[in-house]
Amino acid sequence: MRNVIPVLTVVLAILVIWYGAAVMLNRQWVLDQAARQDRVLTTSELIAETWAQEKPKLPAPHQVAAELWDTVAMKKPTSKRSLVYHAWVTMSATVLGFGLGTLLGFALAVGIVYNQVMDRSVMPWVIASQTIPILAIAPMIIVVLNAIGISGLLPKAMISMYLSFFPVVVGMVKGLRSPDAMQLDQMRTWSATRAQEFWRLRLPASMPYLFASMKIAMAASLVGAIVGELPTGAVAGLGARLLAGSYYGQTIQIWSALLMAAALAAVLVGLIGLIQRITLKRMGMA
Amino acid sequence: MMTQKAVAQAAGAAPARTVISAEGLNLVYETNDGPVQALKDVDLEIGKGDFVSFIGPSGCGKTTFLRVMADLETPTSGTVLVNGVTPEAARKARAYGYVFQAAGLYPWRTIGGNIRLPLEIMGYPKAEQADRVQRVLELVELSGFEKKYPWQLSGGMQQRASIARALAFDADILLMDEPFGALDEIVRDHLNEQLLALWARTEKTICFVTHSIPEAVYLSTKIVVMSPRPGRITDIIESPLPKERPLEIRDSPEFLEIAHRVREGLRAGHAYD
Repeated sequence: MRNVIPVLTVVLAILVIWYGAAVMLNRQWVLDQAARQDRVLTTSELIAETWAQEKPKLPAPHQVAAELWDTVAMKKPTSKRSLVYHAWVTMSATVLGFGLGTLLGFALAVGIVYNQVMDRSVMPWVIASQTIPILAIAPMIIVVLNAIGISGLLPKAMISMYLSFFPVVVGMVKGLRSPDAMQLDQMRTWSATRAQEFWRLRLPASMPYLFASMKIAMAASLVGAIVGELPTGAVAGLGARLLAGSYYGQTIQIWSALLMAAALAAVLVGLIGLIQRITLKRMGMA
Repeated sequence: MMTQKAVAQAAGAAPARTVISAEGLNLVYETNDGPVQALKDVDLEIGKGDFVSFIGPSGCGKTTFLRVMADLETPTSGTVLVNGVTPEAARKARAYGYVFQAAGLYPWRTIGGNIRLPLEIMGYPKAEQADRVQRVLELVELSGFEKKYPWQLSGGMQQRASIARALAFDADILLMDEPFGALDEIVRDHLNEQLLALWARTEKTICFVTHSIPEAVYLSTKIVVMSPRPGRITDIIESPLPKERPLEIRDSPEFLEIAHRVREGLRAGHAYD
């Protein structure tokens, strides 16, 4: 209960700023309209109209809420007009890409920790891969994969993977190297094999690092999936909703898609947090 | 290899069997500031059932010597035999248990799980693992703590658990690197007493690194005094104290006499620099 008041205060502050910003940004258009129609607006009329435009520069929170209610609750989830459907499409690519990225990141980290050649050669490439703007490389991935006959979910998932393997590599290299010299010496005094050292020492020791990187990877993966929907003229997904919204100036639609993406990210990252708590509790580390 | 086995057999025939022997041992580290002689011309014989303390200031090579015996460091020249074979062969034959300065228990394993760890690695059957865990827990007076996690135990209890872990696989030799260094005086006294009782019960050969003079004199049958730059042995003292040692023995004239000799040895070593 103690958390409720601070949270509500922050939400309230956001709403106040949001409504205020809506008035400021949409004001000019309302004034222009009024001037054209030779109307003189009172302050309260002005404010009311800035919050009720069809294509405002910044839609007011209640407009976005109404759009969300309409597209989430009032439409069948299978309908193309339902935001749930679009969120589902994006989520599939996000989760698949996240899974692939985590596997790839994990495999690279193990290679880097156990193989000197990989340790010296792979990391610079991993870092270089993340300096390329994803917006530039995303269309190429889609085109290349399309040319070899892969289309649909997988190309988007590949873009998600491209963004999400990075935090896992960095985190897991750190995590697998977290056992200190004494612990490694200890394994040696028992003549443990490398596999035993990995499964009984390095891997469990890296768990807190793994979950921290997986949270970042999941968020990056969602960004990847949305970016992957932008340049391809995808017809479904939150990215497609954003793109369509910006073509037709449907700011309310854009904002509701953005809020949906934020909610999706919160749920997915929260899910990893839950798995983290259960796992670490079972390991006796929390 | 054959000759080493022959040596082992020959040694076994002798009445006081030599467990560890070092001859002309040298170890030089290459550092950025030039070579550092960590061990110089170290000769030592340790018999079966001995309790040997290595004492000296930091940098005298006492820990390095222990690590050489454990095959964690390789000497530059000279020979070391553990149970008549090379340290590497001894390590692979699980001839020794090593207790480090810190308990080093895995936080994600219970006390029982931590003690089971070397047994799992060495491939003991499940039922025997459980038996052995019970037995060594009893030995270090930690029965009933098997299901607890390390953070639920005090520092002294954690160190006892780590000793239990080193005892679990029946190695004849126990190598201990300042195991009680991080503990307070009262806990240390108690653990020293317990360690002596444990040594009497198990008849293991113990090599014990410390920088506390009373600890070394109280525990040992043989005290090896070392000095730094280069790391070498300056004195080897055979303790005349009886095997049965109550804590009060530390006020006896014999005890104080040995302590005095150790202190002299340490001072002589320091006169060099």
